[in-house]
Amino acid sequence: MNTGFAGNQVGIEFLYLLASALFILSLKWMSAPKTARHGVWAGEVGMVAAIAGTLLHHGIVDYRSIAIALVIGSGIGIPLGLVHMTAVPQRTALSHAFGALCVTLVGTAEFYLRTPNVPHFTMAVLSMEVILGSLTFTGSLMAAGKLQEVLPQRPLTYRGQNLVNLSILAVAIAVAVDLVLNPSNQHLFPVMIALALLFGVLMIVPIGGADMPTVISLLNSYAGLSAAAMGFVVDSKLLIIAGALDGSSGFILSVIMSKAMNRSFTNVLFGAFGQVQASEAAGRGEAKTVRSATAEEAAGILAAANRVVVVPGYGMAVAQAQHKVRELYDALRKRGVEVRFAIHPVAGRMPGHMNVLLAEADIPYDQLIEMDDINGDFPQTDVVLVIGANDVTNPSARSDQSSPIYGMPILDVDKARTVMVIKRSMSPGFAGIDNPLYYMDKTLMLFGDAKSFVNGIVHELSGNTHS
Amino acid sequence: MSSGLIDGLFVFMLAGFVGFEVIRRVSPLLHTPLMSLTNALDAIAVVGAIVLVGEHQSKLAFGLGFVAVVAATSNVVGGFLITDRMLKMFKTSRPTKP
Repeated sequence: MNTGFAGNQVGIEFLYLLASALFILSLKWMSAPKTARHGVWAGEVGMVAAIAGTLLHHGIVDYRSIAIALVIGSGIGIPLGLVHMTAVPQRTALSHAFGALCVTLVGTAEFYLRTPNVPHFTMAVLSMEVILGSLTFTGSLMAAGKLQEVLPQRPLTYRGQNLVNLSILAVAIAVAVDLVLNPSNQHLFPVMIALALLFGVLMIVPIGGADMPTVISLLNSYAGLSAAAMGFVVDSKLLIIAGALDGSSGFILSVIMSKAMNRSFTNVLFGAFGQVQASEAAGRGEAKTVRSATAEEAAGILAAANRVVVVPGYGMAVAQAQHKVRELYDALRKRGVEVRFAIHPVAGRMPGHMNVLLAEADIPYDQLIEMDDINGDFPQTDVVLVIGANDVTNPSARSDQSSPIYGMPILDVDKARTVMVIKRSMSPGFAGIDNPLYYMDKTLMLFGDAKSFVNGIVHELSGNTHS
Repeated sequence: MSSGLIDGLFVFMLAGFVGFEVIRRVSPLLHTPLMSLTNALDAIAVVGAIVLVGEHQSKLAFGLGFVAVVAATSNVVGGFLITDRMLKMFKTSRPTKP
């Protein structure tokens, strides 16, 4: 604990102050692509300053072990920093888990170092730190497992699920309250952790892939809050600041994501899409007709257009089609066709997922247009090409009050003159909600794998290029 | 009640507002790198873990601290690395057509 101000204590605090300022600058510079890389640099310098300051701490005797741990951690971190861009959502979930693990372990160690003389307030924040940390740890591991498809992506639901989950969390909190009032009940501490770990697992079980952007953001927020709580326990203002920044970042992203789905947090966490659609799908018997087209026909329509908007979705990420999309973009631009990309906030599996994939394929970011900015342009658009996106283009979100996604803001692709949808088959998409867009007269279905179909279109376009 | 605690609450509140104002301005284009960056910054929890390892007050605290340092360091290194890789990819349209 605090051992008063030794000689170098002022220097340490100064380094922490510097690190705090750099962290805030780091996030400030992230606001625009031009300055964003300075942000990384500021963050790195701040981190080095903070670690250097910590090593000056006079109580530290075992530098060798610290060095070993830092080297092992770097050894794990480097490959995690070099993963393929399509793996970024699961990598992010995994790093939320690591961050939460660190916080939970430190909280546990602090508890056993201090017990039974833990003041009430410290015990309260320590419990918060450990409960949030534990549930974020297992929750993020589950999310990473679902995103990596090690675990089934479909939501798993059963009757009374929410009651069971909430009871577990309530008991964990009750145990925490008891520990605050009677810090000598040390044996309850592992019980509290176990309950929080269990809650983290059960919390993610009913979450489907389409809800992942919101859930990842929420877990991000929890990880930040648990770190801030740890800042109170170990009396580190730097940690309080970093935790508050991370917590507010995750919170803002969660709000943006849930608004983009027209759902509340509680609805995302407790109202799995699963059950709703089951009845929805059962009600539909009649076969509706769709028009389909070949790559050759699609290429002809695209080549004849003046303005094309591409709508990418998770299907493009799964098929890793972004580089082929770039070739299509080039081929059409060469013919003088204007090509832009419409990005829905929840397209993909995490906030900003599509932007990163398209940037990876070297598509200039000024061609990536946000939903609100491009929706007004669809009536003047000749062709919309939907690649692996479904719910974010579903017009029933605007019109059909019985639809589970009613009220969700969508890309108004149905207002364009022609719509082409690349899709594997007519089987209802991931969320299982039927999309009336597919049955419209102006819609052409392009059945096939996104990557090979786009490749086919590019092939056709380049074949005719010398005419 | 200690004044350190109250100071902490003030710091938390101010940092929360600063974070809100700063992050609200981040372009949705960069939401993925934003998340990996805040993740790396959040791994500043490593400082608490380093103290546990360095002070070696008990076997348990040392062991837990050691794993915590490893976990947080992997976030620091991996987080900054991937954020920078992503940001490098974002380019504007170059001057088109000769």
